[in-house]
Amino acid sequence: MGEIKESEIQEPALIEIADGVKKIPGINAVLGPLNMLVNWGRAGSIWPMTFGLACCAIEMMDTGASTNDLDRFGIIFRASPRQADLMIVAGTLSKKMAPLLRRVYDQMPEPRYVLAMGSCACSGGVFNSYAVTQGVDTIVPVDVYVPGCPPRPAALMQGLIKMQEKILQEQYRWSLWR
Amino acid sequence: MESMEIAEKLQDHFSEEVLDICDFHGQVGVVVKRERIVDILRWLRDSPEIKMDHFMDLCGVDNKKRQGKNLLRLEVVYNLYSIPLRHSIRIRAQVPENDASIDTSTDLWCGASWHERECYDLMGISFNDHPNMRRVLLPDDWSGHPLRKEYPLKGREEWSGLEKLKHKVVKLQEFGLSDGTLRTKAERSQTKGNEKS
Repeated sequence: MGEIKESEIQEPALIEIADGVKKIPGINAVLGPLNMLVNWGRAGSIWPMTFGLACCAIEMMDTGASTNDLDRFGIIFRASPRQADLMIVAGTLSKKMAPLLRRVYDQMPEPRYVLAMGSCACSGGVFNSYAVTQGVDTIVPVDVYVPGCPPRPAALMQGLIKMQEKILQEQYRWSLWR
Repeated sequence: MESMEIAEKLQDHFSEEVLDICDFHGQVGVVVKRERIVDILRWLRDSPEIKMDHFMDLCGVDNKKRQGKNLLRLEVVYNLYSIPLRHSIRIRAQVPENDASIDTSTDLWCGASWHERECYDLMGISFNDHPNMRRVLLPDDWSGHPLRKEYPLKGREEWSGLEKLKHKVVKLQEFGLSDGTLRTKAERSQTKGNEKS
């Protein structure tokens, strides 16, 4: 039996599976800075709370359906705010609905994000009137704005990719003492 | 039966009540006084040769900017249709501004209930003996009736419920872990450049 020389031992190459996240081959382990690991996990499994209010909701459903298929981004719609990370506000928010939107947002656990979909959710759109809030950012903090009336599925998908980019750049969001 | 025939029969039967018959593109409207509106509607529904059994729609109209000799400030429009006989008619009951009320038609068609509530909500015409005369679209503590001509598009003051909510939102921000903060439009355009750096 010949001895194995030190120079013959090959270091197992780490496989980079995402930016800053490396997999060690042969064992079930990933290696990387905690910030990047947490952000990688979050960005790959955004579970949105549906908040369909108007015609934008139809486009949102279309984005989730098989042609466009949000599942491949790890985006799975949840019907409960307690299981959701993201709220997609799709449509016109009337003033009567505003307290309910805020209540649903308050029921979501941290970390939570909001995507305003469509002109009405971004700014009130054409409904500059007595009954409609002029943008949901007066009620909840909005992370991504997707304009359009309604935005096509591709636009919503780009908005969600922007959301992923935003999540990937976060620092120490996993700690209370940020 | 042709709509005009129905209108003329109605005029024969309620000669005191019918003020005018107007025809526009084959659609016949009968302008009537409001006092015996329930009798008129009941006669249209129950008379065997007319049988208006289907209550299509009810809406309110503000006549402030409208020309016409028999018109009062407000108007309630009933659109009726007969399913067995396939004819329809429009009844326009005139309502004065100082006493904006008319008798309810929920006893004839119970489906009229929400139409009348909507008419009350947006036009401010109240319906006597309605079983549940409340607002149906706007919040209960709303002031004013938005589809009246004198109502400004943006309203006179902010709804108290929204003011309360905005107050609560500002309070909640102190306790939030979220790094997102609420921004007004001016602030949003200011911070736009800083965010990327």
